[in-house]
Amino acid sequence: MACFPNRLPLLQAHQIIAMKTVKPTLSLLLFLLSPCLFATPADDAIKKGILLLGNGSEPHSLDPHINSSMNGHHVIMSLIEGLIAPHPTDDSLPHPGIAYKWENEKNTVWTFHLRETHWTNGEPVTAHDFIYGFKRILSPRLGSQYAEMLFSMKNAKAFNEGEITDFAKVGARALNDHTLQITLKDPIPYFYNIIKHTSWFPVNRRTVEKYGEMDDPSNNWIREEYVGNGPFKLKNWQMNQIIEVEKNPGYWDSDSIKLNGIKFFPIVSENTENQMFDAGGLHLTYQVPADLVPVYLERNEPTLRIDPYLGTYYYVLNVTVPPLNDPNVRKALSLAINRKSLVRRVTQRGELPATSFTPPGISGYVPEPMETFNPKRARELLAEAGYPEGKGFPKFTLLFNTLERHKAIAEAIQQMWNQILGIDIEIRNQEWKVFIDTVAAGDYQIARKGWIGDYMYPDTFLRILKSDSGQNDPMYFNPEYDSLVDSSYMENDDRKRLDILAKAESIILDELPIIPIYYYVKDHRIDLRVKGWHPTPMDVRNYKNVYFE
Amino acid sequence: MLRFILIRLGQAIPILLAIYTITFFMVRAAPGGPFSQERKVAPHILEQQMEYYGFNDPTYIQYFRTLWQHISFDFPPLTSYPGLTSKDIIQDTFPVSLELGLLAMFVSLAIGLPVGILASAKKNSLLDYAPMSFSMIGICLPTFVIGPLLALLFGVWLGWLNISGWFSWSDRILPALTLGLFYAAYIARLTRGGMLEALNMDYIRSARAKGASETTVVLVHALRGGIMPVISFFGPALAGLISGSFVVETIFQVPGLGRHFIQAALSRDHSLILSTVLFYAALIIIANMIVDIVQVMLNPKLRYG
Repeated sequence: MACFPNRLPLLQAHQIIAMKTVKPTLSLLLFLLSPCLFATPADDAIKKGILLLGNGSEPHSLDPHINSSMNGHHVIMSLIEGLIAPHPTDDSLPHPGIAYKWENEKNTVWTFHLRETHWTNGEPVTAHDFIYGFKRILSPRLGSQYAEMLFSMKNAKAFNEGEITDFAKVGARALNDHTLQITLKDPIPYFYNIIKHTSWFPVNRRTVEKYGEMDDPSNNWIREEYVGNGPFKLKNWQMNQIIEVEKNPGYWDSDSIKLNGIKFFPIVSENTENQMFDAGGLHLTYQVPADLVPVYLERNEPTLRIDPYLGTYYYVLNVTVPPLNDPNVRKALSLAINRKSLVRRVTQRGELPATSFTPPGISGYVPEPMETFNPKRARELLAEAGYPEGKGFPKFTLLFNTLERHKAIAEAIQQMWNQILGIDIEIRNQEWKVFIDTVAAGDYQIARKGWIGDYMYPDTFLRILKSDSGQNDPMYFNPEYDSLVDSSYMENDDRKRLDILAKAESIILDELPIIPIYYYVKDHRIDLRVKGWHPTPMDVRNYKNVYFE
Repeated sequence: MLRFILIRLGQAIPILLAIYTITFFMVRAAPGGPFSQERKVAPHILEQQMEYYGFNDPTYIQYFRTLWQHISFDFPPLTSYPGLTSKDIIQDTFPVSLELGLLAMFVSLAIGLPVGILASAKKNSLLDYAPMSFSMIGICLPTFVIGPLLALLFGVWLGWLNISGWFSWSDRILPALTLGLFYAAYIARLTRGGMLEALNMDYIRSARAKGASETTVVLVHALRGGIMPVISFFGPALAGLISGSFVVETIFQVPGLGRHFIQAALSRDHSLILSTVLFYAALIIIANMIVDIVQVMLNPKLRYG
């Protein structure tokens, strides 16, 4: 096996500096002793058909109804399959999972036809397993954070909040073992995208109840005996070390699974992960050290991949406190941010400057872009608000959670506001949990936030600014906005629905309770022999489509 | 000696109780809670979680209940890892940290002691200056610099060792070396200091006057006294070593206890914070007791008391 062709050029910046200072003889010696002469773990794994993946950090659970982390989500997607599977190339499209076909009546009553397939313990997967899963995640005692993902189902919210206790009243019915009918509260044309999420996944009743009550959050079936129905099954799970899954021969489509297994490594340190990739220990990293992205970009590093991501980095403005209650002030602040220069010089990961709250990539949705950088207009607006050249502008604080990147962005924006608007702000950081509580209590003026979409539709962003949303950090209240978003839920025509949402978004971009700054990207280092790893904004894979060249 | 051990263990009870009490109230006074999430949880879900984990009970009930849980080794479910308890975490991770700590201790003694002894014996020579300057660098360079450098050399350039993980015996080398080198530097300096003091003692002059060889003087007579500072240092250091190092465990992806110690605080997992703090405290108490016993054994002037 030839040595991994990209090894030598892959040294990091500080390594190159170190290399230059090493005497030529020593570097020759190092080269001769180097692993290029031997096969690396990545080479061996390819021979065995095993994918080596960096997975960020240890998931706190692999229970589809309890997990709330992206790391856990990645693993669960390989172990359990829902009605609809992730599409290999396009997150906006459905792809058959356990349901081989489906139809709907006015986008409200959805009927799914389930294929004959089995759990890893041999039991058949039936419509009742899905109903059981819905009931479990909605059970109040389980306290699932993602229960609200199911609230589009009729009476699901009432059941979760304990208003009704009879689950038969919830809009989910098994017409027979292989036909599942879901009745929604309001029509949702893209319902198949919502149910790709793990919160809609079934669990095997017998296994769950073998290890405890169905609604006990400490039920440890996931560690005792993980029974799934997905393309892979759990082989080995060592906390903070490895999660190993192997091909599930009992999977309905096992012939098309190209990998024999996946090893997920929860490597927290991005530098360690990057070194591990350089040494041929991984096929794909979870992230790339921020300071190395510009270095790799400059030398066109072939293993660097920057994919779009369905997330927006923004500043939340507390619209209840003066002077931020004045839309002109908020607009002036937004127009004084040079986003292009910020992503090019400060964040440097290849992010795109934001022109809207909803990131691009959702098919058919194009909101009117906001004006992003106009220093002259920004000064005029500030003067209109009564602060010509920033005179008399009260001192306020920009709050962010402790992280080098947030600090660099805050400092850059602090300087832009000072130079362009003549206002002086203070920047302050807080530890993560303290930060969350401070913002939740409304005890801030401007705070840094990010939001990642749960599914491919603009309302996964827009709904959080509704006045009745628990995530409405700016404490924004605009009845017109609320009614527009609400009316979109009644609209059955997808085109019209998207238009209504675009109109709602233009209200946000005009009033700016939040200032969008940039759209996130997902950066990886990827072994060029890995194929089928398509860029998808949700960063969720259908692992059965991944293969080696 | 048995009486000494019993007295020490008796003293440990109020100390642990005090540590428990202080930690319990500090954790509760800290802003941010175990359920503070970026994606805010609906109030009724939060209420369920508070109820399930017993946070709705009056503080004094929580205080005594958690205390009893620790005395009876019957731990409550964790908020950060549903389905697991502190006991599961400590049982799984302490053996790893213990192994790493003992290996690192071995490295630190194997390097630190000979270097320190040699430096003191050849005082003010190159054999003194060179290693002592190196050890100063060792103390100043933190593990998060040494670790990645070693990983770069042995992992990326030479490809001899894995950069991260804790699977085979060879995965032990880099973490143990990184952690051990740091302590080796301290031990070398402490040994040198202790030895120099010992070598100036009257009894050493007597030994030399009686015609003992230099090797015997240094290794038999002086070392016994000169090693004392190292032993006092080693008590708390040993407890620190075997309870895990957050930095080394993170750099080399070692599944040890040290990471949970920090992670528990970051995720405000009350139960795990208390358990790991008490565990660490108990380790320090035991390590110090062992150090006291060893000191009495080595120094005839000391008595148990």
